[in-house]
Amino acid sequence: MDTLAAHRLQFAFTITYHYLFPQLTMGLACLIFLLKTRAYYWSDEASNRAAQFCLRIFGLSFVMGVVTGIPMEFQFGTNWARFSAMSGGIIGQTLAMEGMFAFFLESSFLYLLLYAEGRIGPRLHYLSSALLFIGTWLSGFFIVCTNAWMQHPVGYRVATDGTLELTSITALLTNPWAWVEYLHTMNGALITGCFTMSALGAFYVLRGRTSDAARRMLALGVTVGALATISAAFPTGDLQARLVAKHQPIGFAAMEGHFRTEDGAGLTLIGQPNMETETLDNPLVVPNMLSLLTFQRWNARVLGLGEYPKRDWPDNVPLLYYAYHIMAGLGSLFIALMALSAFLLWRRQLLGARPVLWALLLAVPLPFVANTAGWMTAELGRQPWIIHGVLRTNQGYSAHVSGGNVLFSLLGFMGLYSLLSLLFVLLLTRIIAQGPAEHSVAMDH
Amino acid sequence: METIWFLLLATALAAYVILDGFDLGVGLLSPWLAKTDAEKRQLYRSVGPVWDGNEVWLLASGGTMFLAFPKLLATGLSGFYLPIMLVLWLLLLRALSIELRHQLDDPMWTAVWDALFFVSSLLLVVLFGAALGNVLRGVAFDEQGRFFAPLWTTFLPEPPVGALDWFTLVIALEATIAIAQHGALWLEWRTDAEVSRRAGQLASRLFWAALAGAGVATLLSLSVQPRLLEGLSARPWVLACALPVSALLLVPFLRRRGQQRAAFLASCVHIGGLLFAAALSLYPWLLPATHAGAGLTITSAKAADYSLRVGLYWWLPALLLVLVCQRFVYGQLPAKFSIDDDVPH
Repeated sequence: MDTLAAHRLQFAFTITYHYLFPQLTMGLACLIFLLKTRAYYWSDEASNRAAQFCLRIFGLSFVMGVVTGIPMEFQFGTNWARFSAMSGGIIGQTLAMEGMFAFFLESSFLYLLLYAEGRIGPRLHYLSSALLFIGTWLSGFFIVCTNAWMQHPVGYRVATDGTLELTSITALLTNPWAWVEYLHTMNGALITGCFTMSALGAFYVLRGRTSDAARRMLALGVTVGALATISAAFPTGDLQARLVAKHQPIGFAAMEGHFRTEDGAGLTLIGQPNMETETLDNPLVVPNMLSLLTFQRWNARVLGLGEYPKRDWPDNVPLLYYAYHIMAGLGSLFIALMALSAFLLWRRQLLGARPVLWALLLAVPLPFVANTAGWMTAELGRQPWIIHGVLRTNQGYSAHVSGGNVLFSLLGFMGLYSLLSLLFVLLLTRIIAQGPAEHSVAMDH
Repeated sequence: METIWFLLLATALAAYVILDGFDLGVGLLSPWLAKTDAEKRQLYRSVGPVWDGNEVWLLASGGTMFLAFPKLLATGLSGFYLPIMLVLWLLLLRALSIELRHQLDDPMWTAVWDALFFVSSLLLVVLFGAALGNVLRGVAFDEQGRFFAPLWTTFLPEPPVGALDWFTLVIALEATIAIAQHGALWLEWRTDAEVSRRAGQLASRLFWAALAGAGVATLLSLSVQPRLLEGLSARPWVLACALPVSALLLVPFLRRRGQQRAAFLASCVHIGGLLFAAALSLYPWLLPATHAGAGLTITSAKAADYSLRVGLYWWLPALLLVLVCQRFVYGQLPAKFSIDDDVPH
């Protein structure tokens, strides 16, 4: 394995694994806050029990997120030293902000939320859930803002020694890419939270353990889920796609599998990119749809990959293409499932609709896949750049850390993360088997 | 401006060592302090609510270094690639042991986490101590201003240097003693019954070792890295830091008078003083070289002036916010983590 590939693989592996947990905790943090709101203002005991139960799952996932997140921050320096030395004055701002604002909020209030409900009383407990929600979502913002700068660098200049200097912190924090990417990312996290919560509710109903708490989880997951799955496509997904089309046209063509320039380009639903012939095998195309969606004109011209020099192409076009299509395909499926469930909930028929409950239960891995595929679309689409248009990935890594050393640490991470997966599944199954409390209890130690 | 950030970085790092220090100390003393399962749970309860917040100071220090001295972060972390990876894995295992131990009530399950809690805490303190030793000794920069430190070479503090040699290991030993004493003082103050009594006994014994360790480490550092002596002679007022370091002398005195809180705080001042004395005698070096002419100073590693200026505008208010949050959380803790509060899972 060459050295660059080893560095890339380690980062890809550790970040992909890590993000399985934050997407769940950020989504759940919002939903738990909503449950606590209902419990507090409407004195609804069942909502509070549902919140207590979800907090246990949140707590376990949060630990996994923390322990896999710490290596991420350090890998900027260890594996991407040239990139870090060049841009630290800029992205160091947002990464340090995450540490100073978000992590401290999260770590301070999670403990109170998990273990001190009886001691601090309902008011402070409710407030803690709000602060935890804010903390996790702030954390998400600073990370997305960092990534957005790499996707679409703003507010900087090139100094005489070749490093990049920040010229405007306002530009960095108001980067239009950051806000669109943030909305779409958090939207995705919310979908993961909704599917998890409704799957848990569905599981207890199917098991014949229908409690008020399980009903609350199912109802909240499906209601918010219906809204969130729609807004993932429109407006947030649509806005994101237009930004990519405008600022990263090469990545855009690659993710659509669009090799040749066309007026009135079609939208590919299925097909396998063939890099030898630079065509799609077995394509299933909706005519003119890509032009319409991207430029709002039936016959708009969409430039194909062929227009651009190969050295500027993303280095893995098929994977990028699949990642994007998996995300978009699953997203469409989510809208259908959540809309149907929400309709049944509104007609008060959801609890009896066993096939739909089964579908909600079995769908729980899919939003994790969709979120991962979405991030792969963003990151593979940015290639061959580490900072789009400014620094190539093959110029950004720690060239003096040899491939053998990286392989050593990569294998170590793989081993440890396999252990983590086992522990997570073991403990999660236990929490799920116990289920939400049947009667009101104050969770306290 | 870069001097201000040098001090802020030193502050964040000192906060990390002082705060996470006591829970690391609890970990590395755990086999000797807690015998029964109830005592072990008492031990974990005394760090459970705070370890994560304490560890955030490590991330905040990393972020601060990234913001203010990006070249230090890039060169230092990539140069110490293997030790950093070990630290990351140990942090992971240690976090798991604190957070997962209480999830299952089974003697085999808890035995595994107890062992990991001890081993990971001990090795982390050793590696952090060795890291300080490396910064004091300096590393072997090449012509391009990079270095790659193997875990060890000849175990001698002269080129070609590795991360572990006899000098850095001595510093690591001193760190282990100081942190163990720190953890014992926390436990003596914040727990009761047998755990508190045993912690007190250990603290008495560790005091003399800590005293000797601080002296030996200082003398060795000055002999291994001559720049420290230069720094000291250029800025003799750094010796004023010897005053906080000598807070260590107050520890047995305060403990005899039963002022356990003050004794713990004296240990905080002692550890903070040691770190600041080390930092100020390095100044303006961030990471010196083992040979003359190379190395990273605050000027050569700093980010652009605008970054540093604008960073100050939010870093200082953020620091206030952090202090308020952490003060609040510490305020919520019971005065003593009593063995009688034990709730088996």
